[in-house]
Amino acid sequence: MGTRTVIPFGPQHPVLPEPIHLDLVLEDEKVVEAIPKIGYVHRGFEKLVEKMDFNELVYVADRICGICAFIHSMAYCQGVEAVMSVEVPPRAEFLRTIWSELARLSSHLLWLGLMADAFGFESLFMQSFRIREKIVDMLEEMTGGRIILGVCRVGGVRRDVPNDALADIVRRVKDLGVEMHRLADVFLQDDSVKHRLVGVGVLIRDQAAELGCVGPMLRASGVSRDTRTLGYAAYGSVDFAPIVEKDGDSYARCAVRIRELFQSVDLVAQAASKIPGGEVGVKVSGYPEGEYHSRCEQPRGEVIHYVKGDGTRYLQRYRVRTPTFANIPALLRMLQGCELADVPVLVLTIDPCISCTER
Amino acid sequence: MSVFGMSRTIMRNLFSGPATRLYPTREKEPHRAARSRGRIEIDIEACIFCSACAKRCPTDAIIVSKTDKEWNIDRLRCCTCNACVEVCPKKCLAMGNRYTPPTVTKDKDIFRQPPRPPKEPETIPGA
Repeated sequence: MGTRTVIPFGPQHPVLPEPIHLDLVLEDEKVVEAIPKIGYVHRGFEKLVEKMDFNELVYVADRICGICAFIHSMAYCQGVEAVMSVEVPPRAEFLRTIWSELARLSSHLLWLGLMADAFGFESLFMQSFRIREKIVDMLEEMTGGRIILGVCRVGGVRRDVPNDALADIVRRVKDLGVEMHRLADVFLQDDSVKHRLVGVGVLIRDQAAELGCVGPMLRASGVSRDTRTLGYAAYGSVDFAPIVEKDGDSYARCAVRIRELFQSVDLVAQAASKIPGGEVGVKVSGYPEGEYHSRCEQPRGEVIHYVKGDGTRYLQRYRVRTPTFANIPALLRMLQGCELADVPVLVLTIDPCISCTER
Repeated sequence: MSVFGMSRTIMRNLFSGPATRLYPTREKEPHRAARSRGRIEIDIEACIFCSACAKRCPTDAIIVSKTDKEWNIDRLRCCTCNACVEVCPKKCLAMGNRYTPPTVTKDKDIFRQPPRPPKEPETIPGA
């Protein structure tokens, strides 16, 4: 047995978009153990709930995380709507679906860019962000916000999009699909990229399920589980199947996310073609009383929003279980036995979103 | 052999010019759909100082003083959620699609309603 060295990784590290600290115990260049430390961006969100009106809390839910902002606010609204038995108009449900898929596109493209940056392919990073910029422009055009959309509210959505504008968006997203294919070819076929991804951080099916992975992490290990199949919002009316890969390595996780890009393009087109007319919101009166677990599929995996109201304008309890939190145990397992040079790639393959996790 | 997967994209980029702007010299045009949430603008002449916007503001960025006929906004607190625009009874608030320019001081934007000319006393004909 060689000498053991502990190397601190993070909370500030060029590859990390957000602060997480790992103590890496090394034997030569091999990682024997990784000890995580989080808590650098804790903001006390669950305490804030006690003094913020449940309608105004949507703005905060929107700001839990910068990348999956819309889906957080949607999950929160779904929770409160279920507690208050509010029926959301179908047009609002479809608009929510379209926006969450565009948010997924933007998030996955961001991840692909960061991943390219992590294995040192700078120009590929730029290409991903060039495509992503067009997606956020579309979101700005429809909702007014680029990242934090601020369009969800309890009882529906705050802005309508005319049908002809939706058709234009679908046409532009499909055009972007061609550019994404070019990007995907580099990610999935380029030898230098494969060299960094294939066989790195393998997580077999049983391990992934046992460690409670969610989202692309779980699907890359061959488990077909996707919260969208529950049919929340308008997912029950569109046709799709979870994307699954078998290998469970970094390359498979990359492939799942790339294939989900095209799935999202298809889902946006499907939802826009089936969208009914009518109102986009109903007036909500009264205060929430009761409890509900709202589940949504974020780009990173399943998010759970637990909402409990006691009949006043302030919620009694509110808790968010984010996908990154569920994926950290799997990250630690993957890090055992890997090379030090692969650590940045492995940390990124779980698509860490620490701000979400700590709230 | 897929080492040259990027070359086609690189060639296209060589001839299509940059995808970015030189920011301080070339600013982004306001969005064509004009829906963009840039910053709150007020038509102070029409304001009745009812404070509905200040009450609805989730970040307490707006302060309204009825006695001084003054409407303040802290641009750094404002999260451009559009709630004040939706609640304004006189529709004197609007969401502009230009962002607030960068600043180095934490000043508030203060809008004061100019004093209205006193109403002419009604003259009773024949008095």
